[in-house]
Parts: sequence; structure tokens; C-alpha cells
Amino acid sequence: MLTYYLQLGWHSLRRNPVLTTLMIFGIALGIGATMTSLTVFHLMGSDPIPWKSDRLHYVQLDNWSPDQGYNDNGEPPDQVTYRDAQALMEAARADRQAAMFKTALPVQPENPEIKPFMALGRATYADFFPMFEPSFRYGKPWDRGQDTQHARVIVLDAKTNEKLFGGQDSTGKRVRLNDVDYTVVGVLDDWRPRVKFYDLTNGSLNGPEEFYIPYTTAIELKTRSSGNNSCWKTPDPGWEGHLNSECIWEQFWVELDSPEKLAAYRSFLDNYVTDQKKLGRFPRPLNNRLYSVTEWLEVQKVVPRDVKVQVGLSFAFLAVCLINTVGLLLAKFMRKAGEIGLRRALGASRTQLFLQHLVESGVIGLSGGLAGLVLAWGGLVAVRSLYKGYDYVAQLDWSMVLTAVGLAVLSAVLAGLFPTWRACRIAPAVQLKTQ
Amino acid sequence: MLKMTHLSKVYRTHLIETHALRDFSIHVREGEFVAVTGPSGSGKTTFLNIAGLLETFTGGEYELDGVDVRGLGDDARSKLRNAKIGFIFQSFNLIPDLNLFDNVDVPLRYRGYPAAERRRRIEEALTRVGLASRMKHYPSELSGGQQQRVAIARALAGSPRLLLADEPTGNLDSLMARGVMEFLEEINRQGTTIVMVTHDPELAARAQRNVHVIDGQVTDLDDEPRLRGPAAVRGTSAGAGEAGMAVTHS
Repeated sequence: MLTYYLQLGWHSLRRNPVLTTLMIFGIALGIGATMTSLTVFHLMGSDPIPWKSDRLHYVQLDNWSPDQGYNDNGEPPDQVTYRDAQALMEAARADRQAAMFKTALPVQPENPEIKPFMALGRATYADFFPMFEPSFRYGKPWDRGQDTQHARVIVLDAKTNEKLFGGQDSTGKRVRLNDVDYTVVGVLDDWRPRVKFYDLTNGSLNGPEEFYIPYTTAIELKTRSSGNNSCWKTPDPGWEGHLNSECIWEQFWVELDSPEKLAAYRSFLDNYVTDQKKLGRFPRPLNNRLYSVTEWLEVQKVVPRDVKVQVGLSFAFLAVCLINTVGLLLAKFMRKAGEIGLRRALGASRTQLFLQHLVESGVIGLSGGLAGLVLAWGGLVAVRSLYKGYDYVAQLDWSMVLTAVGLAVLSAVLAGLFPTWRACRIAPAVQLKTQ
Repeated sequence: MLKMTHLSKVYRTHLIETHALRDFSIHVREGEFVAVTGPSGSGKTTFLNIAGLLETFTGGEYELDGVDVRGLGDDARSKLRNAKIGFIFQSFNLIPDLNLFDNVDVPLRYRGYPAAERRRRIEEALTRVGLASRMKHYPSELSGGQQQRVAIARALAGSPRLLLADEPTGNLDSLMARGVMEFLEEINRQGTTIVMVTHDPELAARAQRNVHVIDGQVTDLDDEPRLRGPAAVRGTSAGAGEAGMAVTHS
């Protein structure tokens, strides 16, 4: 019977083209507005690495001033010092761990036709790659041994490899950065997490870096961070003063494969800070954090309040559109009173007619949903052109397309419930006589 | 086939009670052609609606083909109606945006027949009323008489045991009315029980039995069927059914 109901729904759409167009347009507007805001919300807030987000944890240690906390809400600083990152790396208590910082270095291509350019990079440890799992087009990451050796190796992203080597397999070739030669060990695929979750302190919507070099090498070469650097007391002068300061400029991630290991690591951090207190550091009360990826996105408010408000408003707008649809459907179904009475006389039960008209509402919803997708696509184009950095979070993906269509059909069916109920209450005998 | 005993129907509002039928008893036997006559507002249509299970009744008993319909739920009444009853209305009640094939298909859909069976029945019914060549036409493309024949085909396609006709010729001119009437007689001769509500004494005279209703009560009831009148005989001799219909729509 569903096929029959769908046929009838289609017939009914064609019967009152003006009314039908009004209803479809109303739903399309609501769905378009809702999907535009919901897509941005969904892509910003969705788990970027769902298969292991509960195993990856961001480390926060409260080394801040005794007079004033880093955050008004009591959260510890969002980065760690070099000294602490080093200590945690050397302790190696997690299954995997990676300290890291953002940097920017000039690239000096061998090919004289390519002008030197500044590139953003990340100094990190070998564990970064198995932890965050970027896929490799060529080669592989460096290993822990090369971390220890301060090896001059580099992993390029696909675009930089395209620029320097025409997209060819460049493993084994040399790249000069700031007068230092690095050997290419790997080239990434087009890796583009929607949110740069592994470093939310330097623009959560920015793309990944153009190159990756060993942290140990970067420190040996006195490479400074180009990310955020915050201090609560003035560091001693010089490079050593910078490294030994209480300034925070590094991110630190650990991978812990079980809840027991997570608990053990928390204890380890507490013990570490307690020991450091004995050395005169960490003047504030114990306030360490180990957030999973999704918790960290939440704490860092990756989804801005504005976006949440927009989602709320767009749903309110959808509700208004649906109320309008209820009125139009009521008018449409009441005009069909005669046909409903006739179908009752010809053997249709109330249940069958109820389903028939719900399917008809669904057909209207489906049409409105498809039209709404076109509007949502236009809305997202507008968002991308209006807001910098929204390129990867303002795109329709399959899950949102299905959500849009599902939401539209569900909304229309809900909007159709009352008109359908009213229509099916019509006394058939009266309608048959008055037709 | 249809047996109502001391049936009553009361419409109630918060101000007034209207007794549409009171102590209404009738027994229509299998294969009969019964005409129900009476002035406007006498309760003829209420009787027909209750007979067709489109309305419930307030008191009394009603047996349709041996089934006591009291206490049946909406779904059961719909199934019974779909299986046993065909309707013909004064205003044809065809669905304007469905072609003839799809109009005749409506009751068959609710009966759940497979597609091939439905097609066979539709083609057979439309052939029977002489409109097989117009299956893809829409009701607006037909004359009133042709539309009523489509309505008859729709009623016949499900092979109903009982055909309820409410002023079936009320909207037709006399020539078309005669064609439709002859066709109903032909259907009756083939075994279908017909109950027809009409204002027209001439049409009523062609039925086997007349029931007169006034103020919701049967006032004049022929208990035994009588032979058809001369008009019916003329219809038969002129070739009712296909031949008769052909004259009407030509």
C-alpha cells in the first residue's frame, strides 16, 4: 500500500500547485536555515577522531601565578612549559606521548624557479603520527630513535610536496629550511581535520601544518614557537632563559589505552607536580587536567556561543514554517473531505486513510527537504564567503544531507498529524451527500 | 442479505434530539431489487448509510449477510463494507484527478488484491459498462451518463453481494437515466442484491419491491417480491447490458 500512498501523494501535489508550492517553499526555507546553522554546529562540534578520542588525552598542569589563576573559571593553563613537556616525555609513562609546538620557517627550494617562502610547521615527536593517524601518501613518519638522535628529517604535507616536487614521491630528497637541510621521510595525504583538535590554542579552524620536524631537532636548532606564548613572570634572557621559564607555549598529548592507565597517569601527574612544588614551582593548589579529545573541544568552546544561538533561532524559524504548513495542510485536507468520505465508503479504514495522508505529508516534506538542501547549500556558500576559516566546517556532508531530508519528512509528518486526524474524523455519509 | 430489526438512529446535540430512524425494520433477501422511496428528510439516506456501514445506529439490530454488525470496530466495518458492498451515488463521486482505470481501482486497492488480479477486474468491469476503450480518460472528459457507468464499474469490480444506490439517476437526463436503470436491472438479474433510494416513482416501479419511508419509519412494506414492471421487460427485450448501454452513450 505504501507505493499506492506515494502515488496518491504525488497526484495530490499536482492537484493544487499553488498550495503545494507554498507548503514546499515554507518547509524548504525552514530546513535551509536549520541545516545551514546545524551543519556548522555539527562539523565544529563533532568528534574529529571518534575511533580513539577517548584514549587521547590533553595534559594541563597549573604552573600559574599564586596571585591570579590562568582562567577565571578555575581551568589551568591551556599549554605547558618546555621544562614540564621535557620531564613528561622523559618519564614516558603513557602508551604514547607527544609534546609539540607550532613554528614557522622559511623554505628555500633547490629549484631556482621556485621562490623561497614561509611555511607553517609543527615540531613534535614520532608518536604524533600513530596518535593522530594522518594518512601517508609516500614514505612514513620518523621513529623514536630519530627523535633521540635529533635527526634532520621532515614530513611534508601534500600541498608543499606538490609545490616543491610536483607531487612526486619525494622521500629521500632534501628540503632546506632556514639554512638547514632535512631529508624527506614521508608525505601526507590530504589530511584535513575539520577542527585542528591537537592544537586548539592557535586557531581551531586553521588547517594542519605544511611540514613536521622532530621536536628535539627544532630545540637543538633553537627554533622558536610561532604560536601563543604566555608568561606570568618575566623569563631570564636568552634561549636557555626561554626554555627554563614558566612561559607556556607547548601542547602535550598522551595516549592511554585503558581507564586504569588513565587513572595511573593522573596519579603520576599529581606526584610530578607535588615533587615540583618541593623545588619551589607550582605555587597554586594541585589543579591538573587530563581531558579526552571531545572534552577538550568542549572546554575550549570550539563551538562558539553564537553558533549555538543561531541553531536555536533556526529551529524556532523551522517551527514557524511548520505551523504555517499545518494551516496549509489543514486547508488542503479539508478540501479533500469529499474524497476522504468516498474512500471510506469504498472500503478504506480510518487507519488506512490516516496513513495515506501522513505519507502525503511526508511527500511534501521530502520535496521541501530537497529544496531546503539547495537553500542550505547556498547558505553555506554564504557562510564560507562571510567568515574566514569556515571552509571546512561549512560544507554539507552525507550525514547532514540525510539529516535534512529526515528532518524535513519528520517535520512535515508531524505538521500533518493534526490535519490528517481532522480529515479522518469527517463523517463520510455527510460528505458523500454534499459533494 | 440485509436485515434490520427495530433499528433506531438518534442525532443528538446539546439542544435537540433528532430521531432519523425509529423502529425501522426491513428484510432484503439475496438477489432482490428493492426501491426505498419517501419524501426528503424521511430517513432514506440515513437508512442507506447505516446499511452501508457508513454510520452507526443507536438501537435495534442489523445483520448484513449473516454478520451482526453491532459492536464491530472501524477496521472490521471497513473490511466488511469493502468485501460485500458496492456504492453508487447520485453525484457519481469519481475522483477527478484519477483516470477511469485508477478510479475503478480504488476499492480493489483496499481489498489487497495483487496487481494482475486488480487489472483483470478493472478491465472486465469497464468492458461491462462499455468504457474499456477509455481507461486512460479522466472523469471530466466524460458525459454524466458515462461517469455514472464508471461509478457502476467501480462498484462492480469488487463483485459485491449488495449494491446500494442513492438516487443513481438523479443527475442524469431521462435517456441516460434509462440506460443506467437498465444496467442496474441487468446486474440484479445476474444475482447482485440491489437497494436503491429514489424519489422517482417511475424508477421505483421498476424494482421488485418498494419500501416507503416517512419520518424515519417504514410505512408501506411489500413483504414479498413482485415481478418486474413492463418497463423492465422492455429493457430486457431491447437488450440490456452492453447493447442497452451502447445506445445510451452513442
